[in-house]
Amino acid sequence: MDPIAKYISQKISKTRWRPISPALLQQPEVFATGSWDNENNSVSIWSVGEHGVSNTDGEFDEEPQLLCASQHDGDVMDLQFLDQDRLVSASSSGAVMIFKLQPDCQALSLAHVWERAHRYSCDNTPCTAVVCRSPELVSVGEDGRVTLYKADQTEVVRVIENADSSTIHAVTFLRTTEVLTVNSIGQLKMWDFRQQSDSPAQILSLTGDRVPLHCVDKHPNQQHIVATGGQDGMLCIWDVRQGNTPFSLIEAHSAEMWEVHFHPSNPSHLFTCSEDGSLLHWETTSGSDMSTLLQIPVAAQPDTVCQQPRCA
Amino acid sequence: HGYCICASRPFPERSESHLIFVGLQKIKEDVPSKNKKSQFVSISKNYRSVIRACMEELQQNAVSTQEGSLASQYGDQVSILLAIELIWNLCEVLFIDAAPAGSLLLHLLDWVRLHKSDVDARAREVLQSDSPAHHQSYWDVVISLVLQGRVDEARQVLSKQASLRAESSSVFKRMDVLLHTMPIFNPTGTQTLTEFDVKWRHWHEECDRCLQDNTFASNRHLETICKILVGDEDTILEQKELLSTWYHFLVTRLLFTHPTIKPPDLHYYAQSSMSMFLGLRASPEPLDIILLSAFEFDLHQVIKDCSIALNNWWFVAHLTDLLDHCKLLQSHNLHFGSNLREFLVLEYASGLFTHHSLWQLAVDYFDHCPEFGRVYLELQIERVPLDTERKAIKVLRICEDRQMSEQGSICKIMAKRALRNNRLGSALSWSIRAKDAAFATLISERFLQDYCNKGSFTDLDLLDNLGPAMLLSDRLTFLGKYREFHRLYGENRFSEAAKLLLSLMTAKIAPRSLWMTLLTDALPLLEQKEVKTQTTHALQSHFTLVKKFDEDIESTKTELLRLALARNLAMAIVKEGTIET
Repeated sequence: MDPIAKYISQKISKTRWRPISPALLQQPEVFATGSWDNENNSVSIWSVGEHGVSNTDGEFDEEPQLLCASQHDGDVMDLQFLDQDRLVSASSSGAVMIFKLQPDCQALSLAHVWERAHRYSCDNTPCTAVVCRSPELVSVGEDGRVTLYKADQTEVVRVIENADSSTIHAVTFLRTTEVLTVNSIGQLKMWDFRQQSDSPAQILSLTGDRVPLHCVDKHPNQQHIVATGGQDGMLCIWDVRQGNTPFSLIEAHSAEMWEVHFHPSNPSHLFTCSEDGSLLHWETTSGSDMSTLLQIPVAAQPDTVCQQPRCA
Repeated sequence: HGYCICASRPFPERSESHLIFVGLQKIKEDVPSKNKKSQFVSISKNYRSVIRACMEELQQNAVSTQEGSLASQYGDQVSILLAIELIWNLCEVLFIDAAPAGSLLLHLLDWVRLHKSDVDARAREVLQSDSPAHHQSYWDVVISLVLQGRVDEARQVLSKQASLRAESSSVFKRMDVLLHTMPIFNPTGTQTLTEFDVKWRHWHEECDRCLQDNTFASNRHLETICKILVGDEDTILEQKELLSTWYHFLVTRLLFTHPTIKPPDLHYYAQSSMSMFLGLRASPEPLDIILLSAFEFDLHQVIKDCSIALNNWWFVAHLTDLLDHCKLLQSHNLHFGSNLREFLVLEYASGLFTHHSLWQLAVDYFDHCPEFGRVYLELQIERVPLDTERKAIKVLRICEDRQMSEQGSICKIMAKRALRNNRLGSALSWSIRAKDAAFATLISERFLQDYCNKGSFTDLDLLDNLGPAMLLSDRLTFLGKYREFHRLYGENRFSEAAKLLLSLMTAKIAPRSLWMTLLTDALPLLEQKEVKTQTTHALQSHFTLVKKFDEDIESTKTELLRLALARNLAMAIVKEGTIET
């Protein structure tokens, strides 16, 4: 199936499918995008295919249509759906914001802002990533802070100051109370919020050069398996119980890997996108080996990838 | 300036046309020219559809906006884009497609039809009315269709009239036959141009006969149409309002007097058409001059006038680049040695670079300017504001892919900023990327300073995990090893700790200024029984060295140290002596 391209007047940093209720058997048709590097950035909601109708193969023939949008202060560094109606963004201004989507997708409005969630003493500093497990959110930033929030609470729940002396680029939930962060000196750090101390429960890193890691994703079914990608384009799969060596190392890309995702319902499939201009689809054949590779070249440098659950 | 006349103007054409541009550069040199021509025409059409898409969007904005001033701004932009598309289309017909005689006129007709679209709207209005034949615009529509060579449609509209007046139906039938039999050249058919010409003259004579016989004397409209068919210039000129432009007049004139016009003969007709249409009072606008230059096949004049009159670098840069690929521009060396195409592309790309988000597109344009592209890129890339690490990484990747030297300075900017904000790990990360040993040393000094001030290390997660990065600078190596010493000591591995300390001093990695601190650290070690004679001796000699170079060290400390060293030596001698015996 050929990809459909639509040219819009903004650079997009992140794109995410809106989650649909598991009761419905259809594919999601609504997705959100966040922009960056514009004078006025925005978060926008789009739809593909007609509402409620897509052809039998689940393919979409039409260009995406803009449904609604909202202004966003700062670059959208990360975007996650908290639930069907709420979207969380990480901003380059250091703020974390929640946007509310009207049920008919007619309007998107700012519901809550945690200003200066990430900051230096005098300056603002970008919040680099945010992860949700409703009602909890965790954000990380260039200031090396890890912050825990509850969606309906104004005050943050917990801050781990100086969690890292380098920039934390990405974060993912492992268990309900555990998160895993990756930083720009190539370390994976596990944090347990049940612990009082502000030290990581575990630190993992590749022996060898301290290559910055940019993205991380957890296996949907196995809480101890994570995939990471970094500056050198290497895709690593780790078992966090087993210490310092990933069990799979692949030279996936020739430049920074920006995002890695396990397919949510079919986790033997993995997707990565990179500054080198490609979006790759990986498949495990048996056990834990990653072998086959399907390449889907894209024209520009993709910053983001997100797949629908129930891929055809 | 030629980019954003109003700040909120959408720019879909920049990213889409960027893609077309990059695709064009990739067309291989060795493909045979016939195939290339169709590729170039297709690319030209792509560019034009980008322009039209932008126009549509602007028009929608103009309609939907509440503000009057904004609406008129949008309107102005639409007019500019209309002019651009008109010129581009003509250039495509004359230069890129380079249609020969026969096809040339057909393409020119298409060109005129595309840019005079109100005829369709009016025709629809007339045909959908209750009584089309009595509609006030009825004859205007018929004549407009004839002027555009759309004879079948003209016949269709005329048939509405014929059904009404039975008595004059023969006259309408006559006109219908004339229109029906008008020869139209078929470029893909078997008929040669000469054969077509013969047929056409034949038909032309037939039309003339009708006029001489006063066949249409009973209906002045039909008489007018017949005169047009015969190519009577005065009659055609009388339809000024319906034609609305001199170039429409030109094409209509050619259609009915000289349909087999050859490209080199165009300019004569163009010149005279313009003068006849505009008359003595009106003077030609810049757009008219540009079109005339195109009809005269003076490409350089077209480009020059477009650059001045239209104030739109996007247009001249992309069009010139395409024409250059068609090998239509002789390389005119400008003062500074670059050619016209490169000059315009550089201008356009430089403008892109000043835009807060379009700078990424500009890089590809610079890449395809062989003379000065790299220099321009080097100068511009340093000015991109590095608001976030992610953006800095993208800029760095651009530099690294092209082996530009700017990456060092970019990493340094980021490292300095990190250091200022006390983000030592980030600072180190940037130094590693730049392989900047000097900065790594600076960072190490900061750590050591912090240690001396606070008595303990900060950012242990970093220091304990330096890995091979430690080797980037001597000072950094020392830092890592010093931390390791503290760790060993904490784990009660005293012998190893002492050896490590010694090696740090022997290998001269430890800065002289810290030797006293190191020896003081050694003090408690010397209390431990595991430390060997050799080690103690070595420490003693270092102590002597320190004393030599540093006159004003604390005397209490010195005494303590001397005592400790001596005692340990004694212990060690005893111990070793005991074992030996």
